[in-house]
Amino acid sequence: MQLWERQSQEVLAKLSELGLDIYNQLKRGVFPKIEIPSRATSNIYFDEVLCQYVLGEQRIRRSAGNIKQIRSFTQLLWVAHFAKKLVQVQKSSTLRDLYYHSLNYGIRFRGQKESDETVTDLETVLHMPREAFNIFPKERSAIFGDLTIEYTIPETHRGRKVNLASNPDGVMIGLSVAHAEFIECNADKVIAIEKNAVFRRFIEERVYQKFNAILIDTAGQAPRLARLLIRRLNKELGLPVYILTDADPWGMHIAMVIIRGSANAAHLRELTTPDAKWLGVWATDIRRYNLPSFPLTKLDEERLKTLEVDPRYRDHFWQREIAEFRRQRRRAELEAFSAHGLTAIVDKYLPRKLRELAG
Amino acid sequence: MEQPETFRALGVAEFFYRNRAIAGFTNPTRSVYQTIRELVENALDATEMHGIPPDIRVIVKKLQSESDFDLLEITVEDNGIGIPPEHVPRAFCSVLYGSKYVNRQSRGVFGLGVKMAVLYSQLTTGRPVKVVTSPLGDPAVYEFEMTIDIKTNTPKVLKKSVSRSNNFQGTKVTLYIEGSWGSAKSRVVEYIKRTAIIAPYANIYFRYPEDDSYRILRFSRSTTELPPAPREVLPHPYGVDAERLKSMIEHEEPNKTLLRFITEHFAGVGRVTAAKFLRESGFGVRRTLRTLKDKDIVRLARAMKTWKWKRPGGEGLSPLGEEILKLGIQEVLKPEFIATTCRPPSSYEGYGFIVECGLAWGGAIQPTQTPSIIRFANRIPLLYDENIDVTRKVVDKIDWSTYKVAFPAPLVVVTHVCSTKLPFHGLGKEAIADIPELEHEIEMAVRDCARRLREHLSRIERETRHIRRLITIKKYIPIVASSLSSILETNSKDIEDSLFKMLEARRHGG
Repeated sequence: MQLWERQSQEVLAKLSELGLDIYNQLKRGVFPKIEIPSRATSNIYFDEVLCQYVLGEQRIRRSAGNIKQIRSFTQLLWVAHFAKKLVQVQKSSTLRDLYYHSLNYGIRFRGQKESDETVTDLETVLHMPREAFNIFPKERSAIFGDLTIEYTIPETHRGRKVNLASNPDGVMIGLSVAHAEFIECNADKVIAIEKNAVFRRFIEERVYQKFNAILIDTAGQAPRLARLLIRRLNKELGLPVYILTDADPWGMHIAMVIIRGSANAAHLRELTTPDAKWLGVWATDIRRYNLPSFPLTKLDEERLKTLEVDPRYRDHFWQREIAEFRRQRRRAELEAFSAHGLTAIVDKYLPRKLRELAG
Repeated sequence: MEQPETFRALGVAEFFYRNRAIAGFTNPTRSVYQTIRELVENALDATEMHGIPPDIRVIVKKLQSESDFDLLEITVEDNGIGIPPEHVPRAFCSVLYGSKYVNRQSRGVFGLGVKMAVLYSQLTTGRPVKVVTSPLGDPAVYEFEMTIDIKTNTPKVLKKSVSRSNNFQGTKVTLYIEGSWGSAKSRVVEYIKRTAIIAPYANIYFRYPEDDSYRILRFSRSTTELPPAPREVLPHPYGVDAERLKSMIEHEEPNKTLLRFITEHFAGVGRVTAAKFLRESGFGVRRTLRTLKDKDIVRLARAMKTWKWKRPGGEGLSPLGEEILKLGIQEVLKPEFIATTCRPPSSYEGYGFIVECGLAWGGAIQPTQTPSIIRFANRIPLLYDENIDVTRKVVDKIDWSTYKVAFPAPLVVVTHVCSTKLPFHGLGKEAIADIPELEHEIEMAVRDCARRLREHLSRIERETRHIRRLITIKKYIPIVASSLSSILETNSKDIEDSLFKMLEARRHGG
């Protein structure tokens, strides 16, 4: 069975389980309730074994007999029913689409923020990402490299094969790409890049050939489908993953979320790639490569303080980089290498860093 | 107490004007109210004090109307014990006849009221008072028309007749006065309503002029149970001064011992107590009254005021009781909730008193910015001078939000003070003074009722919340049912029905 099919079966099974639980409570003559692990900050813990954030034991209750909870109970049930329909007819939808759909019912979300929250509730109840029940964010990440895939969904493209180096703009990482089967791969590493401009430059400079790499444009904080694909490339094909970002707390954290996940997804598993490595640009690289830099903003400084005590950053390496940022109080962008010539990043920086990290 | 002779030389007008403040005849508006009040209170005394559930009819007619003044005919009729014909002239037309020198909870205090009304009538219209009466057990009906001869303080009977009674028993009095009905009306109506509250065992029929026609206000008795009539009691030793003591001693056998005098004339004093008191106060137990000089009497009075007597109780006092008060409030105010309470007897300066209180909420009561107050003293409604009354002080002192009352609120506070001597503010007898003991008892009574009101309001709040909750839940049931049925691929109606059934069960289960 294909990955996608397996996931759909699991969603349907879990939805039925949820429905039956509610139905049985009803038959016992009690107002039904749903218990959901709490996503409050006080219930988010760092799991040392999984190397990611997970939810603790606290649970919140949504009861049909409670005036304060009946609303969210109904909303959750409605979203569950919506998810079931999507999976059954194999159609996909977005958070925005779901919100508009809800307007046809008496369900009345107070805005898309509330319907988004309810979708996250369902993720938490099912322990599955919303992509598993066909609700997707806006797609913006892309992939380029010598990797041949075979589509499993949708029905119209099933069995069709495509090489991901065929499109010079890169291929958008959507549902179909993220869940495709890997047929043939001639690359031996993955380089994920925070910025589209640098991604394009890398294609132009034939980085995929020179370094035998699959390139991924995360377009800022990597969307879940991109993270899912990165993980699959790492786990299924055994490719090492390197992440290239700006030298500032935000860039550093883009790398961290790919490696150890986000607190927002503490209720989900299998989106992280613990073996991935932050290639750069490190705080220590700014001086080492004599990069043009700017002072940290107040917001940057505050962000650093938060990250310093974040359990994901406990390792010596991360603490060293945070300390360096705080010491020099400067940041640099990927484009900064252009000060040393258009190809400096590809000719000098990249080979040196890859050698260091691989060694 | 002064003797009637003092007034002989005075003219009617002069006597009236000298005493009108005491009796409440201060202006043409108030005089109408006062006249009706005196007649109604006599009617109630003639019935309820003798165990007869009162049937009272009050009829006001406007005979002529000038710009400011109306010529009014006021008739008050009762089914009471009647007046023996030989007493009728003096009862109505002899000032200060029948002095009330007794310690009893009673409506009138000076025995002056009805005569002042007759005087006022005579002064403003010159017309005689008409009295029709048939005493209890007498088959005859006696009719009188009389005026007061103020020079001799004697009644002048103009007409007198006797006929056979056709089922009439009681007294009917008709007076003609000049007064301002337009401005008195609201007060009189209020007075009648309040009388109905304090006398729920009475049938009251009140007919009065309105515009060019008339209106009828009628209250039916909601019980035939009368509270026990107040009894006459002996004074407490705390409550007498040297003057009074002197006059009591003068009316006694000079050979009587002091010991016997004290045990016979004061409440709650036995031989043992009296002997102890006399010894401790330096009076010989065998000493006779004749040996007491003026300075001894002063010393005795002072000793009586300071000695540790047993405090006076509620002997002889007659509050309505919680149940009857509740009936009265229900009949007249028609509220949604009533709490009544009757405090145990207490005393001030040697006079016993009892406070009872009622709190009425909601229903037909209109919301007001502060609690409305209805005051009674010895079963008489007090309408004037509310702002200086102790009840107003207590009600204003209370933080009503403690009892879940937020203004404007439909709240009426009813207080009734019974005492052998009421501590009135000034001469008007319309407001009770803030004696600390009294203030304390009123506050306790009002707060006791307020606590029960709070329980009631909390219960309503809970019920409202409950119902609101059910309505909200109900709104969501169809979506819950349709969503769940689509997940389970079952019948939506089935799920909807069981949810509605649960909701119904909860509605009744509370």
